[in-house]
This record gives sequence, structure tokens and C-alpha cells, in this order.
Amino acid sequence: MSKPNNLILQTATALIAFILLGFSVYLFFAGHNSPGGGFIGGLVTAAAVVLLYMAYGIDFVNKILPINFRALISVGLLVAFLTGVGSFLFDVPFLSHTFGYFEFPIFGEVELATAMLFDLGVYLTVVGVTVTIIINIANDTKAEV
Amino acid sequence: MIFAVLIPLVFALLVPLLSKVKNKVHTGIFVLLIPLGIFLYFVRFIGNDFSPVRHTYNWIPSLGINFDFYLDGLSLLFVLLISGIGTLVVFYSIYYLHVSERLAHFYVYLLMFMSAMLGVVLSDNVFVLYSFWELTSISSFLLIGYWHHRERSRYGAQKSMLITVFGGLSMLGGLILLSVITGTTSIRGMIDQVDLIINNNYLPLILGLILLGAFTKSAQFPFHIWLPDAMEAPTPVSAYLHSATMVKAGIYLVARFLPIFVAFEWFYITVSLVGIVTLVWGSYMAVRQTDLKGILAFSTISQLGMIMAMLGFGTEAAIFAAVFHILNHATFKGSLFMIAGIIDHETGTRDIRKLGGLFTIMPISGTLAVFGTFSMAGVPFPFLNGFYSKELFFEATTKLSDQANGLASFLSTAIPYLAVFGSIFTFVYSMYLFFGVFTGPKKFDLLKKKPHEAPIGMLISPLILILGVIIIGLFPNIANSSLLVHATGGIMNSPMEPYHVHYWHGFDSIAFQMSLIVVGLGIVLFLTRKKWSNIYHVLPGKLSFNKVYDKLIQKIDDVSARVTNAYMTGSIKLYMSIILVAIIVATFTIMLTTGGLSNISFEDLAEVSVVDIAVVIIMVLAALATIFVNNKLALIIITGIVGFGISILFVIFRAPDLALTQLVVETVSMALFLLAYYHLPELRKREETLQTSTTNTIIAVGMGLLVTLTGFAAHSADWFNKISDYFVETAYKLGGGHNIVNVILVDMRGLDTLFEIAVLGIAALAIYGLIKLRNKEAE
Repeated sequence: MSKPNNLILQTATALIAFILLGFSVYLFFAGHNSPGGGFIGGLVTAAAVVLLYMAYGIDFVNKILPINFRALISVGLLVAFLTGVGSFLFDVPFLSHTFGYFEFPIFGEVELATAMLFDLGVYLTVVGVTVTIIINIANDTKAEV
Repeated sequence: MIFAVLIPLVFALLVPLLSKVKNKVHTGIFVLLIPLGIFLYFVRFIGNDFSPVRHTYNWIPSLGINFDFYLDGLSLLFVLLISGIGTLVVFYSIYYLHVSERLAHFYVYLLMFMSAMLGVVLSDNVFVLYSFWELTSISSFLLIGYWHHRERSRYGAQKSMLITVFGGLSMLGGLILLSVITGTTSIRGMIDQVDLIINNNYLPLILGLILLGAFTKSAQFPFHIWLPDAMEAPTPVSAYLHSATMVKAGIYLVARFLPIFVAFEWFYITVSLVGIVTLVWGSYMAVRQTDLKGILAFSTISQLGMIMAMLGFGTEAAIFAAVFHILNHATFKGSLFMIAGIIDHETGTRDIRKLGGLFTIMPISGTLAVFGTFSMAGVPFPFLNGFYSKELFFEATTKLSDQANGLASFLSTAIPYLAVFGSIFTFVYSMYLFFGVFTGPKKFDLLKKKPHEAPIGMLISPLILILGVIIIGLFPNIANSSLLVHATGGIMNSPMEPYHVHYWHGFDSIAFQMSLIVVGLGIVLFLTRKKWSNIYHVLPGKLSFNKVYDKLIQKIDDVSARVTNAYMTGSIKLYMSIILVAIIVATFTIMLTTGGLSNISFEDLAEVSVVDIAVVIIMVLAALATIFVNNKLALIIITGIVGFGISILFVIFRAPDLALTQLVVETVSMALFLLAYYHLPELRKREETLQTSTTNTIIAVGMGLLVTLTGFAAHSADWFNKISDYFVETAYKLGGGHNIVNVILVDMRGLDTLFEIAVLGIAALAIYGLIKLRNKEAE
């Protein structure tokens, strides 16, 4: 894929991918109060990763992003599940959430919710799932054509 | 008493171990102790002052199902027959079956059967009775198929299984109805509530179901067809199951429920009619057989019909005669089967056409056969028990009261003639059986073996039974007051006065005249047998119940194969159509019957803007286009239009989260379609007949209409307060977020989300597995 000169695409991607990633992080954190959340955030992150793959090719991206996306699925599910299990420690039903407001040096007063941890699990799973599916199908197609 | 019933079953567990030494000791010798012990245990109950004994052992008390054993006169007669003849049969089988046979199997099945049969006749609980009843069917199935390498054995076993289990299941239906009506599972308890049952509307159904069970088990017309095929079993089995015990289970059942049904006129009509028809048909068909055991099988059918008919008469004298004949039949038929087995064993054939002149070679067997066959024929000698019971039978047929009803009164008049007619043929086949085998020209060159007399051990069992024939013949009242009277009383459910059987009724006795007619005409018919045997080309002719049965089985096979092949075509299109049509029909039916469609109202609708209409029109056009487009790239894009249209609608209806998600998901799925582009099938113009495309259109339109109407109806119905108010109120208070959708997803209903991401994970791993782990070589 990287044989032809994709200078424009690669340059644009270098910029856009980071904007996308930044946007996805925003979506993820904004989720609790504005449109967004783990699902969308995950999808947009995955879109950024896929864009990188398209522009730079599998081998190169595997080198700069040494992430096993299949393992990411398990990690995401585990985080979401453990968030639920965590509520047992406080003697409340499975997946009970709580939240609180904390004072931070730079951000000022920030709301932190355990629901955010759960959303993190969703986020990781979605990233893992989407990238796994697309990369595998894309690779397979390439192999056969 | 439970030990007497269950000991054979428990001992059956030990038989395989004991049969390890079968080369030194025949397994049957160990087994012999069991029926003998049971026989001795029950013999103690015989006596003039017998009174019923009851023992109850809990099984499933909460359902009212317990091992409730009730020993009255009827049960006592049967347990003595089962254990007594069981002992003789086991003894006989020691000589009949060689040690090279699979003896362990044989005796395990036989003991299972013995246990089941004892259970049937002793159980007072209908469901326990049913359990044992089916166990007799199963063990009989195993015994008939004992030589399973023979095709005929397997056929016979299957046939008897199908027919008796069919009857058994219908009997279960009858028993359930009875226990529901009376509220008890005890037969005694049901008999105490006769009035309740007799006045119940379901009485004919109950009677029919229970009689179906009895008739199939006791090989009554037209269910008799399994019995001749069951003759493929080893001869001890035929002697035991198919003459003395299992085929009498149906008789027992009718006798047991007789106090309940006897007041019902149709009981008399059905049981008498079926019994007498069986008697006539069985004896008529027996003359035609060439196989010794075939003759005996049809003979058993006819004698069972006779007993059944006597039970149907329902008078005290007739029932006494029935009980008497049960005992007599067991003695002479058991011995005849054993003699047939001896002949088979010593000459190598059972075909009566190849046999003849055996009396000089097998004098002992021949002598025993004389007594057996003559007793069966009812020849008026004072030392043959068959004569007495036949005489009592004739007497009972002439004393049927004139019933008011037309059919019943006609039957009462016809029965004596039919009884004589059937008995003439009984006489003929009995004579044929004896003279055909033991007298006439010697045809030894046709035989496989050089015939010789049987070993003495093999002759002991039939000898004992024939001694029974003679003793009862000489002293017909020997067992009356101690056993038979109690048995009759048990059937009638009222104590019976001692009954005296006479040999001599006088020439003016109508029963004796009937006997003379039978013997006279029987002799004539026997001597001229060859001349009139062509009649069988006319009467059964092509009419054969076996053929009906075979056709039926074949037909069931064919029809079910055809039905299955008609809808299980392997075409997903067809399955889809069936599923959709079922949904459409079922849902529309429910909507129409419950009035769901009449409530549709169009009030309370929001206003529609121009943008809405524009977006929807685009989507509708795109959706319509998908039907007609034949280019796959175009199809992917058009489908995408619908998806993006939906996300625009989400924007319009103010669902930003959904709109975002829909947008991204639609993009990703379109990308997936394009990735799989090369693998997608080339679209072509589908060549469908007008009929299929019309059907598809109708189904599609119907489904669309259904969903639309359901949507309208659901919108019009406003039965519950919506929960969304709660979410709106508490999203921030409890969840700490302003984005209600997200708070619902991760907090209020986080569990759904947890499993949804699990679904996604599974899908991704499945795709990975499908792609990476496939078998490349197989492609």
C-alpha cells in the first residue's frame, strides 16, 4: 500500500489523525454531560487508527502502535466488568455507580464518576473490536486479490 | 410383598455375574430358585378362609403414587400362574437353550418380565400398574428380539412393541381420566366411587381407552396380528409370555376394572363382541397355519377371545367360567408350546407339512400332546379340564339375559351360535395339531435332524402341566373353594358362594348338546379338511390385517418423509417465507380478535416540517431503488443513503448521541461492505416466475403493513406512564451527568451495555477466527 507516493495523504493523515484522536478523547470525557461517550469515542479513535493504517500501511503502523487490538477487547471487557464487581466492596448491588466533585490544581473543580471507568471499558472494547474487524478483513482481501 | 415383586429385578443384576460360569453350571439353575421361591411364598395364601392382603410402600407420596400392593383372589390366581409357570419355563429352558447362547441376556430379560408381570397383577395404584405394564412391553420386546440376527425376530419385536405400547399409552389416558374424576389413584378407591364414574360424561371415552390397552395386550381382534409374529421368540418365551402370562394381562385389566364398568351397557357389548369375534377369527385362522407355533398363536388368540367374551357377559357364572378357563388354558397351552418346542428341537422343523408319524419315535411327547390338544378342543372326557370350562362357557352363553337395547339383545341371541361355530374350528385345529404331527406317513427324509425322543429334563415341565390338566379334569372342584371362588369374588368385588362344577349335565342340558354338535361337526370337518380348505382363498383371501399394518407403517413413513421433504427443502428463502407468513398471520389474527386495530387514533401527533418530508422522501426512494438495482456497488451506496438519512432524522428529532453513533456506524459498515466487495456475489437479474415474485411481494407488503399498523396501534395506546420522566429528573441528581442518554447507558442500565460490548467482542473474535483459523487446504 505504501509503494506509490502517498505524500499528500500521509502528511494530511499525520495532522488529521491527531485531531481525530483529540476529538475522540474530548467525546469520551464529555460523554457524561454532552453528546458523546465511550462508544462514539471508541469509534472515532478506531477511525483515526484505521486512517493511519490506510496511509502508512500495516507494517509501519504495527511498529509505531505496538498494541494488540484483540487483547484490547478483553482488557475493555475486564475493566467494565470489574467496575461492576467493585460495587460489591461497598456492599451495594452490581454496577452501582457513584460520583463526587474534587478540587484539582489545574482543572479546578472536576466531577469524577465511577461511570467513567465503566465508559472506559466500553471505549477500549469498541476500539479493539473495530480495529480488529477492519484490519483482519482488509488484510484478508489483500491476500486473496 | 414388595420383595416378591422386586426380587427378580434385583436378581437380574446378578445374572450376568453368574453366567460367567455357564460352561460349568447352566445359568438357568440359579434363576430357577427365584420363581420357585415366589411360588412357595404365595402358595401359603391359598385357603378357604383367604382374605385380601394390602401392603403400602411410599414411592412418590406427594403425587399419590405409591407401591400399593393388594393381594385378592384374582391377583393370587395370577401370581401363582406367573411364578408357577415361570418355574416350569425356567426349568424347561435349561434344557432348551444351549450354553453357547447368550444366557445372561435371556435370563435378565425373563426376570425383568417376571417382576413386571407380578407388579401388574399386584398393584392397586393405577400409575404403578401402568409402570409395570410398560415394563412387560419392553421386556417382551427384548425377548421376542432375542435372536436379533434374524430379520423376522426384529420385525416381530418391533410390531409387538408398537401395538402394545400404543395400547399402553391409551390405557394411561384412561387411567388419568379415572384418577382425575375420582380424585384417587387407587383401584379400590375407584371401585368405591362407581356411581361417580358411571354418571360421568367421559365414561365412554374412559372405557374405550382402557379397553384399547387391554385388547392390544391380549391380542384381541383386530390387534391380534402381533402375536403370531411374536412366535419368533425362543419357545420358552412363547410358552411363558404368549400363552400363560403377558397376553392375560389384558384379561386381568378387564377383570380388575369390571366392577366399575359392568353396569354400563357398552361394556357388555364391546367386550363380548370383540371377544367372540376374536374367538371365531382366531380359531378359523388357526386351521390355516402350517407352523406349529403359528397354530398355537392363533389358538391362544381365540382362547383369549373366549375368556374376554365371558368377562364381557358379566354374570357370576360366566366370570367363574372365565377364571376357570384362565387356569385351564395356562396348563394345556403352556404344555403344548413346550411340546412344540421339543418337536422343533428334536426334528429341526416346526412346519407341520414336513412332520408326521412321530408317535412311535416320541411316545412320551405324543402322549402329553394327546392330553393337551384334546383338552384344548374340549373333548368330553372326564379327565380333561378344557372340557369343563368350555361347557361352562356354553352354559354362560345360553343364559345371557335379554337386554332391552336392540344391539345388545341381538348380540345375546347371536353369541351362542358364534361360540359353537368358533369351537368347531377349535376342535379342528386341535385335532390337526395332534394327528398331523404324531400320526400319518413318516416323512423323515424331509427333516434336518434324525428325530428322537427329548431328554427327560425337557419333558418334566410339560408333564407337570399335563398332570395339572388331568388332576383338574378328574377333580374339577379341587381348587374352587380355595382359589377360584376368591378370584371370582375379587372380580365381582363381592364374596362368592362356593361353586360346584359338574361333569355330567345330562343329555337335556343345552350346553352338552352344544358340545356334541361341536365334536360331531368338528370330526366331519377335520376329516374333510382338504376339501374345504379352499375357503381360505375366499374369506381371508386378500383381506389381511398384517398387510393393513404393514401398509400403515409404510404409509406413515412415506407421508412423514414427504411432509418433511416438502418444507425442509434446505432453501433459506422458503424458510424465511414460512417464518414471515407465520408472523403476519399470527399477529394479524391477534390484532383483529383483540381489537388492537380499532383503537388507532391520529390525534396527539407532532407537526411535520418540510425537512422531515424531504429526508423521508429521499430515504423511501433509496429503499425502493434497492429492489431494482442490480449493481452491487450502487446497492452499497444506496443502502448507505438510507442509513445516513436515518442519522439526519436523529438530528432532526434531537438525538445527538444516536445521530453520531449512526453516522459512524454507517460509515464503518459501508467500509466493511467495500472491503468485502470482492467476495460479494455478482448480482444479476433474478429470473423468477410471476408466481414467486407475486408471493414475495404479498409477503413483503403484508409484513410492512403489519409493522406500520403495529406502530400506529402502539402509538395510540397510552396505558402506562412513561419512565422517561424519571430519567429526566434523576439523571443529574443520581447519575451526576447531564447527558441523559449516556447516564442511562453506563449507569441506570449499565448491565445492558456490559453485555452489548461483550457481544461486540464476541463478534470481533468470531470474525478473527473465521478469517485466520480456516482450513486453507480445504478451500
